[in-house]
Amino acid sequence: MKLAIATMFVAIASAVMTTAAFASPEKGREIAIEADGRDKGFGDSTAQITMILMDKYGQSTERAIRNRTFEGDKEGDKSLVIFDSPGDVRGTAFLSHTKKADSDDQWLYLPALKRVKRIASSNKAGPFMGSEFSYEDIASQEVEKYTYNYLRDEKLNGLDCFVVEYDPVDPKSGYKRQIVWMDKAEYRVHKIDFYDRKDALLKTLTYEDYNQYLDKFWRSNRLVMINHQTGKKTELMFADWKLQTGMTERDFEKSALKRTR
Amino acid sequence: MSQKNSSYGEWILKYRFLVLSLITAVTLIAATGAQFLYFDNDYRVFFGKENPQLKAFEQIQQTYTKIDNVNFAVDPISGKANAPEVLAAVEELTDIAWQLPFSIRVDSLSNYQHTEVEGDDLIVRDLYTDAMSMSADEQALVDNVSTTEPALAGKIHDKQHRATSVNATIQMPGKNADEVAIVAAAARKMAAEIEAKHNVKIRLGGVIFLNNAFLESSMLDMATLVPAMYLVILIVAYLLLRSIMATFLVLLVVVPSIIVAMGAGGWMGIGLTPPSASAPTIITTLAVADSIHLLVSMFNRMRAGHSQRDSLLYSIRINGKPIFLTSLTTALGFLSMNFSDSPPFHDLGNVTAIGVMAAWIFSIVLLPILISFVPLKSKATLANLDDKMGKLGVYVASRYKSVLTASVIISVSVLSLIPLNEINDDFVKYFDESVQYRQDTDWISHNLTGVNQVQFSLTAGESNGVSDPVFIEKVSNFTAWAQNEPVVTHVQSISDTYKRLNRDLNAGDPAFYKVPDSRELAAQYLLLYELSLPFGLDLNNQLDISKSSTQVIVTIEDMTTNELRAWIARAESYLADELEFNLTAVGPTVMFAYISERNIQSMLLGTLVAVLLISGVILIALRDVRLGIISLIPNLLPAALAFGLWGLLVGQVNMAVAVVAGMALGVVVDDSVHFLSKYQIARRELKLSAHDAVISAFKGVGTALVVTTLILTAGFAILAQSTFGVNSNMAMLTGIALVIALIADMTLLPALLIALDKDKKEPVRVMAAKEAPQNA
Repeated sequence: MKLAIATMFVAIASAVMTTAAFASPEKGREIAIEADGRDKGFGDSTAQITMILMDKYGQSTERAIRNRTFEGDKEGDKSLVIFDSPGDVRGTAFLSHTKKADSDDQWLYLPALKRVKRIASSNKAGPFMGSEFSYEDIASQEVEKYTYNYLRDEKLNGLDCFVVEYDPVDPKSGYKRQIVWMDKAEYRVHKIDFYDRKDALLKTLTYEDYNQYLDKFWRSNRLVMINHQTGKKTELMFADWKLQTGMTERDFEKSALKRTR
Repeated sequence: MSQKNSSYGEWILKYRFLVLSLITAVTLIAATGAQFLYFDNDYRVFFGKENPQLKAFEQIQQTYTKIDNVNFAVDPISGKANAPEVLAAVEELTDIAWQLPFSIRVDSLSNYQHTEVEGDDLIVRDLYTDAMSMSADEQALVDNVSTTEPALAGKIHDKQHRATSVNATIQMPGKNADEVAIVAAAARKMAAEIEAKHNVKIRLGGVIFLNNAFLESSMLDMATLVPAMYLVILIVAYLLLRSIMATFLVLLVVVPSIIVAMGAGGWMGIGLTPPSASAPTIITTLAVADSIHLLVSMFNRMRAGHSQRDSLLYSIRINGKPIFLTSLTTALGFLSMNFSDSPPFHDLGNVTAIGVMAAWIFSIVLLPILISFVPLKSKATLANLDDKMGKLGVYVASRYKSVLTASVIISVSVLSLIPLNEINDDFVKYFDESVQYRQDTDWISHNLTGVNQVQFSLTAGESNGVSDPVFIEKVSNFTAWAQNEPVVTHVQSISDTYKRLNRDLNAGDPAFYKVPDSRELAAQYLLLYELSLPFGLDLNNQLDISKSSTQVIVTIEDMTTNELRAWIARAESYLADELEFNLTAVGPTVMFAYISERNIQSMLLGTLVAVLLISGVILIALRDVRLGIISLIPNLLPAALAFGLWGLLVGQVNMAVAVVAGMALGVVVDDSVHFLSKYQIARRELKLSAHDAVISAFKGVGTALVVTTLILTAGFAILAQSTFGVNSNMAMLTGIALVIALIADMTLLPALLIALDKDKKEPVRVMAAKEAPQNA
């Protein structure tokens, strides 16, 4: 009897201590840095994306875009999104330069106006093309944009994962926190739960169909974002991933936007 | 018949312990259903699943962001709504409103996305931040934008700066019944927080507070009307019976009737709404009449020198049939509410019908058993009235022709007043001025914006067609047409957004405040705009996800539903004739605008069925076709006359109008049943002439009729105090019908009997000659 009670006490105490030891900001940040580090050196990438928007009642609509990314060094990545459909926005190109600390720089080339407009706004949490993704969801994830807290280990789809909380630094973020599931073997993100500013679960993003490129870099072919509050859903289907294609930083300058095809 | 009844009374008393335990068990089982009762606080419950306006509305709700909202209207108290301290309150409220449970979007002056252009830079930002340290230029910008920007002026902000607001869009998960109460409580807490810190008053409106008003009105009614009802019953019962013990016994019949009815309602899964929450008050009213009849007869018999037990058995024998008949007809009247287009009336009808039948069982089973346990003393009750009733009978009988003539003249003239009634279902006015929602919403409609929102979904016919300049031009035309309407306070339209973007992207040149020239340009502007918006402020409240349609939301000032329907019809025909859009307007206001019409149509059949069934019951009970047909007149007339009087005295009536006829019929028919059964006994058993039988009936049931009407009218007078207009209209109309029915049953009915039931079958009856007429 005494032994049983003692065992129980030890079990509870150790459980409490383990939890305390595990929930760690340092470890969370280390994981984020490691994940960032493992993707270093991809140089540039391109992909074709089909965006499928669905509402709660099954109505859906599609958009086609192309993405080009140039890996940043001192600052964040630069990315270019070219719109192919719907037809009335064909040729529109969106360029963003991710900053580690400040608001990102954003430009849009409007072919109908034949002009490049800079979007001067600290907003980044609005919907991207009416989808459930916001710009902040698809912009490059710089380590400096969050504070971290490692929460626990957990299995997800048979993979051993870290579960890490990401807290956005920017007050303009639409989120209070994000819970990220990342596998321990390859540091690939498999799932993110987004909590809105009132800390209610807003969206869940899942990454599916990972492929490895150049024997090193993992890219997902299917991203599914579900909005739990509105029941709407957006799928991003990626095709034709290419890395280290030889693009130069000049292709990602504002002045290059007009020439972009 | 009498043999059977007396043996029933004896049987009940013989097995009283067994019966008592049985009835207690059944009551308890029914009572456990009460745990399933909940408050259904969604205004949409008033619309049946097949309601076309509801279906159209839900279709729109699936296409665009829902319009459920909390409107925090900011009352500057002193000064103007554009003063820095008020703007500071708005800023803080905007920030904390994101914390409101289930909120998905917040709109106000402070987070309005102001766009400016500097060279090739498109600047998109909050209209202002840090209100207390704004420069004169910044203040001037706020003053200008808040009164000129179409998205704000007349909706979010008053052009005369009398009020401003923070509007939170709420997406209810719809999983728990208490979601509305949770949001409302949180919103009130936020309002109190802001009021404590800033010199402003917050008025709370919007769909959430409309729903919450239904909830609070039901709860308030249950908390105030039910106790008031009991007080009245105790007083009336005591005045009539002059016995504390007998009064207590009446209570013991009434309370379990309500428990059984509400418990059964719980088992049936009904939700409490203001109409169904009024069921306890109505059941109490109806239940008490049964036991009073039984007790009054018993006391009268006891005063004539009979023992309590014999008097009880006698009372059961003579009252058994009428109490059953009146309960049955009342239940049928209430059951007719199932034909209504509004489900809350089904619940009210069904629960009340169960309560009425339960009250019948408790009066005829429980009450005699309870009486058998306690000695009761008979005191002088209302015996002296019987003589006066007899005299009234003689008076009416001797002047039946004049009574008939007067009845016809009065009835025809009162009936001609019915068209004076105007049906009006202004849902804000369903709540009386004591309800906070009504006060706040009245303030909002006087100082900020209308509460009637009408949604028009305009379809371009193809994906991304909303950027077609031809389509935008049509939307713009409709917007301009609506803005020119004197009753319109605000129009939210995507065409304004396109024009604003066109101007801003052309260096703010006012000449470019027009529809973009090409579809590509419009689409690319919109894409640019969407990319610049902050969290929550997407365009799904105006565009569907495939950008093939847009909704224009028109806000209209306070008006009656007739005017509203006329306006909607004009808007729809403008859209069809001028712009070739064939669509129907939707929205809560539109649904309520048609609710009475639909209910009247559905209840026409319901009332007809009730008339047929109730008349059928009377026919079977009286076994006399002629009496049955004669009874129709005093039974149908009161509700119709009540509408006539209402037209003269009040003139405005809401959807209660539809259900009143069936319900009133079931209740008023009691008087004529009592009168006719006494009349028939006098004719058949005593072989009296129609003239003398009328006088006999007056003596026999005159007092009971007056007493019953008194109790019922008192009950409905209390329900008329309901804070919910549909209940109070329903109760007042029924109350008026009750009084008219009493008058009709004491004038028109006897006159008709004497006129039409003359010399009936007299030659066949051999014994008739032996009967000497009572009056010399």
